[in-house]
Amino acid sequence: MEDKVLLAHGSGGKLSHDLISDNLVPFFDNALLNRLDDSAVFELSGRLAFTTDSYVVNPIFFPGGDIGRLAVCGTVNDLAMSGASPKYISISLIIEEGLPMADLRRVVASIRDAASEAGVMVVTGDTKVVDNGSADKLFINSAGVGVVPPGVDISGSYAKPGDKVILSGSIGDHGMAVMSRREGLQFASPVESDCAPLNGLVAAILESGAEIHCMRDPTRGGLASTLNEFASASQAGIRIEEGAIPVKEAVRGACELLGFDPLYVANEGKLVAVVAPEGAGDLLDIMRCNRHGADAAIIGEVVSEHPARVVMKTAMGASRIVDMLVGEQLPRIC
Amino acid sequence: MKFIDEYRDPELGKRLVARIRRKSTKPVRLMEFCGGHTVAIAKHGIRQLLPPTIEMLSGPGCPVCVTANADLDKAIALAAVPDIIVTTFGDMMKVPASRSSLQQAKAEGGDVRIVYSTQDALDIAEANPTRAVVFIGIGFETTAPTVAASVVQAEQRGISNYYVLSQHKVCPPVIKALLDSGEVKLDGIVCPGHVSAVIGSRPYDFIPKDYGIGCVVSGFEPLDILLCVEMLVDQIEAGHPTVEIAYKRGVRVEGNRTALELMYRVFELCDGNWRGVGIVPGSGLKLRPEYGRFDVEKAFEISPGEPIEPKGCICGEILRGVSTPLDCNLFKGVCNPEHPVGPCMVSSEGSCSAYYRYGDGYGG
Amino acid sequence: MAVSRWDRRSSPTSPVEHEETDKMCLAIPALVKSIDGVEAEVEIGGVSRKASIMLTPEARVGDYVLLHTGYAISVVDEEEAQETLELLTELVEAAEDV
Repeated sequence: MEDKVLLAHGSGGKLSHDLISDNLVPFFDNALLNRLDDSAVFELSGRLAFTTDSYVVNPIFFPGGDIGRLAVCGTVNDLAMSGASPKYISISLIIEEGLPMADLRRVVASIRDAASEAGVMVVTGDTKVVDNGSADKLFINSAGVGVVPPGVDISGSYAKPGDKVILSGSIGDHGMAVMSRREGLQFASPVESDCAPLNGLVAAILESGAEIHCMRDPTRGGLASTLNEFASASQAGIRIEEGAIPVKEAVRGACELLGFDPLYVANEGKLVAVVAPEGAGDLLDIMRCNRHGADAAIIGEVVSEHPARVVMKTAMGASRIVDMLVGEQLPRIC
Repeated sequence: MKFIDEYRDPELGKRLVARIRRKSTKPVRLMEFCGGHTVAIAKHGIRQLLPPTIEMLSGPGCPVCVTANADLDKAIALAAVPDIIVTTFGDMMKVPASRSSLQQAKAEGGDVRIVYSTQDALDIAEANPTRAVVFIGIGFETTAPTVAASVVQAEQRGISNYYVLSQHKVCPPVIKALLDSGEVKLDGIVCPGHVSAVIGSRPYDFIPKDYGIGCVVSGFEPLDILLCVEMLVDQIEAGHPTVEIAYKRGVRVEGNRTALELMYRVFELCDGNWRGVGIVPGSGLKLRPEYGRFDVEKAFEISPGEPIEPKGCICGEILRGVSTPLDCNLFKGVCNPEHPVGPCMVSSEGSCSAYYRYGDGYGG
Repeated sequence: MAVSRWDRRSSPTSPVEHEETDKMCLAIPALVKSIDGVEAEVEIGGVSRKASIMLTPEARVGDYVLLHTGYAISVVDEEEAQETLELLTELVEAAEDV
């Protein structure tokens, strides 16, 4: 076995076949993938959700995860945010010539582990190898399909005055974890990416009986951008309390050091939901029982004042606007 | 976090605010001269907490905003020179100059790199010995000593391809120029926090002496700013203007001698070109002749072209405190952080950026 | 109802090393953990980074310094910090007696 990925591995010939059969298929070992047909053929009934994402995170390995884990969790979460139960995903790799085979295997193993954790199957994929310089180590695209249970109807435009805003846990972990590897910062208590599949948490949320209006994972652009999207789509105002938003000490330290605002830093294992007030308290308890919702908190509510705007009450008691992220705070974060 | 969290105590804040409200009887106008204060005041909603008797204005405290187009154009011209690597703080990238910006220059093929510290720029110079590495030196007396330090380090490490484009400025002369112009009547000055950590509080002695206006050096946390405001209110109510330091944990009367010495070892005073104010004598810093070999303008010929000012942009008036961003016709419409017309909108410490991001300070 | 949206997850591939943040006046209090000549390792909130103490050669391990763009520009005067807090608390308590 070669120790680096070569252009020939992408040519479609014997080396390609070896790459797939030695380094990809064995990791997944499921009936659909093993056939190595041009398409995976399966039956799915009900309302389907379909999504795709590309992953270009730099660096590809970071504390708490890597590009492979991200590729699975990101796609699984996109499906979950629509209320869907994710079933099958595809993985397409664009590999820069020269990538060490050990790195590729590590990423693929990570994809396998994440898929297993999420309970989804990788049923089809593709690999391409490009010239040195034409891609940065590894880019991944993944697409996913899932089934939306009957009666589930979630949209960013459904927020209503009186609704509560619930956040599933601390913000800023993923963005700062990636930055820690880029900036050459050393962390005494390392910040780890929160990259995780949230379909289990979402299933618990949907089963709770609470009336869920909006739900989204605040990735690029952070919590602030997601809340602004809800406010804008729903033409309602959102008020949040600075003191209620969980931020880990090490993340606060990293943000202070680099001058970032945790509200705008990407998360890959958190969700924010807007729910009718009646069930909010019970929902919070249910979320806190799930490992991905242990630090869940009600951070604010939807109001009729200042429609389409998000306002935050600071620790000092003043109110200020929380605007959409403008420009690129953290490039190539996911 | 130590020395930060304690100064964000909401209970102390509430009661300090109540005290200020009780004490403040006369309408007063206070101006801050520090971009960090502009942001902190907006972010913590200080205006909202203060009584209506106190008006807080922003002055020309954002080093990016006060850099004239003619000077910004030089940085962009450097990016177009093939063998030059331009290194800069991130704040500069999107600032619109006469015809372009550093970000645009980079998109057009210029080698422009954002650095966190001049030390990173030195490392880049060492790693690229066949190319010239220029650091775009923007900033007041907080930053100028760090650039001076980098020049001295380059000398010590034998780095011969490191250059500086000095657009540094010093604060006290522009405060004087603004007071002399009489355009805005001020009752008190919130003196810069970290500039003062370097220069101390003595350079402000002329303010109460010649203008009868009090000044207090402020820190950046909400309690710091409120304490500073209270001290100014006390001075004004008693009719006793003087120089005081509220930010005692960071600023000493004599400042940081080592930093000052290093700064004036490498730099000397010259005329400074302040956007919105014009030329202010003795307010700029240029490399001394003995450090001339680090001066990029001596080593390379650059043609920045004629400077062009953007139409309709009132950054100049905003910087002098004559207007606020709300008075500008372009604010939020044509001019916004994605498509800034002037630097006050794109600089992370600009007034317009602060108003845009955090609201007008009154919760709106 | 079929709803699709272009995913927000996509990021540009421009290799920008750093990004715009509140930098120019920003100086934060960090604890000096170790010193090696003019270089120090400083820590804030559990996060550590190297910094130059060329401008504050008097800094010692255990001091807090104000860190600005990779340089310590001032040593935090902890006594003054304590006094300021006491002043604030006293003022507030005195005010309550009024």
